[in-house]
Amino acid sequence: MKELRLMKGNEAFAEAAIRAGADGYFGYPITPQSEVMEYLMAEKPHERTGMVVLQAESEVAAINMVYGGAACGKRVLTSSSSPGISLKQEGISYIAGAELPCVILNVVRGGPGLGTIQPSQSDYFQSTKGGGHGDYRMIVLAPSSVQEMADFARLGFDLAFKYRNPVLVLSDGAIGQMMEKVELDEQRPRFTEEEIIKNTPWATTGKTKDRERNIITSLDLDSAKQELHNHALQAKYKLMQEQETRYEMISCEDADYLIVAYGTSARISQKAVDVLRADGIKVGLLRPITLFPFPTEIISKLADQVKGILTVEMSAGQMIEDVKLAVGCRVKVEHFGRMGGIIPSPTEVVEAMQTKIIGG
Amino acid sequence: MTKEDIRKPENLVYKKTELLTDKPLSYCPGCGHGTAHRIVMEVLEEMDIQDKTIGIAPVGCSVLAYEFMNIDMQQAAHGRAPALATAVKRLNPDKFVFTYQGDGDLAAIGTAETIHACNRGENIVIIFINNGIYGMTGGQMAPTTLPGMKSSTSPYGRDVHMMGNPLKMTELVAQLPGTIYVTRQAVHTPANVRKTKKAIRKAFENQKLNKGLSFVEIVSNCNSGWKMNPVQANEWMVENMFPFYPLGDIKVND
Ligand SMILES: Cc1ncc(C[n+]2csc(CCOP(=O)(O)OP(=O)(O)O)c2C)c(N)n1
Ligand code: SF4
Repeated sequence: MKELRLMKGNEAFAEAAIRAGADGYFGYPITPQSEVMEYLMAEKPHERTGMVVLQAESEVAAINMVYGGAACGKRVLTSSSSPGISLKQEGISYIAGAELPCVILNVVRGGPGLGTIQPSQSDYFQSTKGGGHGDYRMIVLAPSSVQEMADFARLGFDLAFKYRNPVLVLSDGAIGQMMEKVELDEQRPRFTEEEIIKNTPWATTGKTKDRERNIITSLDLDSAKQELHNHALQAKYKLMQEQETRYEMISCEDADYLIVAYGTSARISQKAVDVLRADGIKVGLLRPITLFPFPTEIISKLADQVKGILTVEMSAGQMIEDVKLAVGCRVKVEHFGRMGGIIPSPTEVVEAMQTKIIGG
Repeated sequence: MTKEDIRKPENLVYKKTELLTDKPLSYCPGCGHGTAHRIVMEVLEEMDIQDKTIGIAPVGCSVLAYEFMNIDMQQAAHGRAPALATAVKRLNPDKFVFTYQGDGDLAAIGTAETIHACNRGENIVIIFINNGIYGMTGGQMAPTTLPGMKSSTSPYGRDVHMMGNPLKMTELVAQLPGTIYVTRQAVHTPANVRKTKKAIRKAFENQKLNKGLSFVEIVSNCNSGWKMNPVQANEWMVENMFPFYPLGDIKVND
């Protein structure tokens, strides 16, 4: 039975992680996501499901704990906010290199540097283009509601295990902190030891006499083999692009103009679409749900239909590069955004649409 | 007596443990890493816990430890092995977990992970090979490099005013309530090998009894990094390393 609750985005994510059968959470406090660990500690998941929750000494340690746990075939996760995610990049690169499944939540705040504790979307490049060293990708899920914070905790684990790859949930301070009603899934049991041995035969569970030893590593000093490993990774990322691209289309069927926005920006933009439509201007909204893989194909298709595209992002314009790649030079693509932790108002988006796209 | 007479099974006093693979070790001849590997694996074999043990390899000359140790292993980022081990043990309390780390790994980039795992009293074993230098990257200064000791980044000898003092990690972690057994050993003579093996056995027995963290430092040589032959390196180690890093148990909480 599903359960209806009023919760903060961060809490919904934490509760959903328990219910998704997580084995372990390792984190370090940073605003605006500390409620994730606070909620988990208060909930005593150790008593509920046997889940381990540990406050690490740093983000570096936390992500490496995730590496260790994931290498054992466990469902493990961590959460942080921008400066903390920067520290986790070393571990994320190793996790991607060693092909381990895990879920990472980034509740983005304004940067660069210590920045603000207010919501931002300025970690798009870091999230979708690598962040750490080496050629790797993560599936990046961008929630735009508390409901999706909960849903993506579970979906994140499923995708992470399907592809043996880290999955990043890219949220922001607004969605992490806002309260909404949320429908929570039933408790899913944690993996048993037998299930782990069966489902993740590569995991370090202790070498029994009947199998070769399992090694989790991202090292191969032989460049020819390292290149082969890279080719295999790229093939996996291509498969993700073919199978896991997710997006939502709002009022796009008859649209003459398009807004592309994700997360909080998509919520603001939806209001702007309503306002513009009330004025008789046919605007649609394309909301990418996965930022990698990016919904390139559908944006390319819509470019044949619309006269101009505005990306709304709480950054200097980062996703716009992917939109432009999808569109080429066929129609005008402009950006509107606020930075430093400021959420744009629907009125500002309407104005930007009118000056930069419709009138421009 | 012919060779054949001598090689009879009844005359056999020592054989290679099956917990070491047949892959030739990548270590320089005379390096202490090889002996240290051997005794850790012998202990696991004698305790019959191969199928319950997960090892964590570091970054450094022993980065390939997982190639030689015939057990399930994870390869950590530089210095992070204690963090991996923490999670592995917390999520698998019935397994035996150890890290195997050099001084650059454990006492420089991984100081925080080391101290906090020790302080939390994670029920794991940390094996710390202290050769006073960064071997793998070509003999640069380590936190454990002795005052006056030459390395490629302290070519005129370590000047403690300029480069800081050597860090005695083992004495440091002995002060933390989470450590249960802290000892410093060496593997340059058969007698020391036996003592070190006993210490490693004790460390794993502690883990079996859920006692907390055992920390076994092995003072070792790096003949390549020190630019000496193996015999000279061991003599230099006895003369110079042991006075600064004295051998013996530092903390034994039974
Ligand atoms: C983040 C990072 N920084 C630096 C290095 C380069 N590096 C590889 S091994 C090493 C030193 C290892 O020395 P130690 O731990 O003393 O082991 P030894 O080789 O002496 O056995 C360094 C600095 C690395 N691999 N990763
Ligand atoms: S470089 Fe030094 S530590 Fe590394 S294998 Fe050679 S002797 Fe051993």
